[in-house]
Amino acid sequence: MGRLSTSLCGIELDSPLIPASGTFGYGYEFAELYDINILGTFSFKGTTREPRFGNPTPRIAETPSGMLNAVGLQNPGVDRVISEELPRLAEVFSKPVMANVSGFSVDDYVESCAKLGAQPQVGWLEVNISCPNVHGGGMSFGTSAKDAAEVTREVKKVTDKPVIMKLSPNVTDIAEIARACEDAGADGISLINTLMGMRVDIRRRKPVLANRTGGLSGPAVFPVALRMVWDVYEAVGIPVVGMGGVSSAEDVIEMMLSGASAVEIGSANLTDPWVCAKMTERLPELMDSLGIENIKDIIGGAHNG
Amino acid sequence: MKEALFRITENRKIAPLTFLMKAAGDCSGMDRPGQFVNIRIEGLFLRRPISVCDIRDDELTIIYKTVGRGTAAMSQMKPREELSMLTGLGNGYDLECSGDSPLLIGGGVGIPPLYLLARKLTQQGKRVHAVLGFNRKEEIFFEKEFRDLGCEVTVTTADGSAGVRGFVTDGLPEEYSYFYTCGPEPMLRAVKKATVTSGQFSFEERMGCGFGACMGCTCRTVTGYKRICKDGPVLEKEEILWED
Repeated sequence: MGRLSTSLCGIELDSPLIPASGTFGYGYEFAELYDINILGTFSFKGTTREPRFGNPTPRIAETPSGMLNAVGLQNPGVDRVISEELPRLAEVFSKPVMANVSGFSVDDYVESCAKLGAQPQVGWLEVNISCPNVHGGGMSFGTSAKDAAEVTREVKKVTDKPVIMKLSPNVTDIAEIARACEDAGADGISLINTLMGMRVDIRRRKPVLANRTGGLSGPAVFPVALRMVWDVYEAVGIPVVGMGGVSSAEDVIEMMLSGASAVEIGSANLTDPWVCAKMTERLPELMDSLGIENIKDIIGGAHNG
Repeated sequence: MKEALFRITENRKIAPLTFLMKAAGDCSGMDRPGQFVNIRIEGLFLRRPISVCDIRDDELTIIYKTVGRGTAAMSQMKPREELSMLTGLGNGYDLECSGDSPLLIGGGVGIPPLYLLARKLTQQGKRVHAVLGFNRKEEIFFEKEFRDLGCEVTVTTADGSAGVRGFVTDGLPEEYSYFYTCGPEPMLRAVKKATVTSGQFSFEERMGCGFGACMGCTCRTVTGYKRICKDGPVLEKEEILWED
């Protein structure tokens, strides 16, 4: 076991670093740049029961210290992910991968999770009940404790793989939703998905995004994410995966001290495609300077008394 | 794709709101005309994708219009300042299809990527005709540069202040073997209707990453969904899904 090893829902990870869904595709683009097996795992592009084109363009906008996206879950659908993407992914990534699943009904989640959970390559199911960019589903399940619990309960019935519920920050009390998921049998919680926002083009006098609203990510959301990871860590006993604006090795340490067992890196991959490799290299020397022997020893380490 | 640090050697206005920047750095792996670089700008989160106009040894030329904060910040940069760029992005134009007398059709800041293409095609001994469209005489740039390559050049202006009055489609020659085009979408739509041969179109879109990871710039085509940044920016005429 290396100094960066940690574990997530009973599966050992060589590293706490996990590229977040929607910023890493199925890994191929990054595998051309560095050996992606240095990662703990990665969460592949959000998958739905049916193929989806997603939203019209523009889907992307600049914001202060971050970005908005309204991609809208473009993906080839669960059947083609299994028949086409997973075999290709296996050529570049030899570890268990995290399957990110989204849906528009409880049945959608159940069917996609049953199919993906049955794949030997899949280590975890990350159930996205927090996508702000689709209509009539997605985030609506993650903004109600009752609905979040129902999705969790039904998905748990159809898979033996660890189920990690990915939560939305666009709620009054995220700890309550996390507790509801834990009570319904969730094996872990990941957070945060993006914060809902928008921009207006002052020359055209129209929203920049064709979808009008999008999800905010990037360094701008890091303190918000950290606060929520902290609160959820205090509220539940299952592992927490922290994400939201993480862009340096220092941010990784901060997330883990706040309660994250592992850390997802999202939009930082888009502006610096080598960022996860650079963090992997930087973490040991940073740990030396902070007197940290093994990274798993610091999980929740800032919660004293 | 590579990440490289470039040192600005020149940055000047060549037409209203239009700037030419030259920068020295590692230009390997970006020899296909129609590719682009993605430039990090201090204080902004997303990089800015700009098409490559020319490459000579280790010096890159780009031409950009100041349309927002990113390009405005670039226009203020001085020689010797450094820029981080992701290079070698996009598929670029395919020169194999050109035939003996290719036509290049560019509008405004859609013209720059056609320059490197014209240089490569003329080097191959092709008879290149370039139709360059602008709004008015003051905005004309690179007419001489294309002529110096040996291209036949037709300039069009929307207000008739120079060259042919009208749009690029009013200046098209009758005969050509194939065409390559880049410009604003209304122009591309008109070009698709007005051209009589097959050809290649270069597209523009707001991008997240520029290298195929985020699905921020996807469009529908006859052959399925394509990412403008990775599967494009160049698409073939027959792939484009536009209702006529």
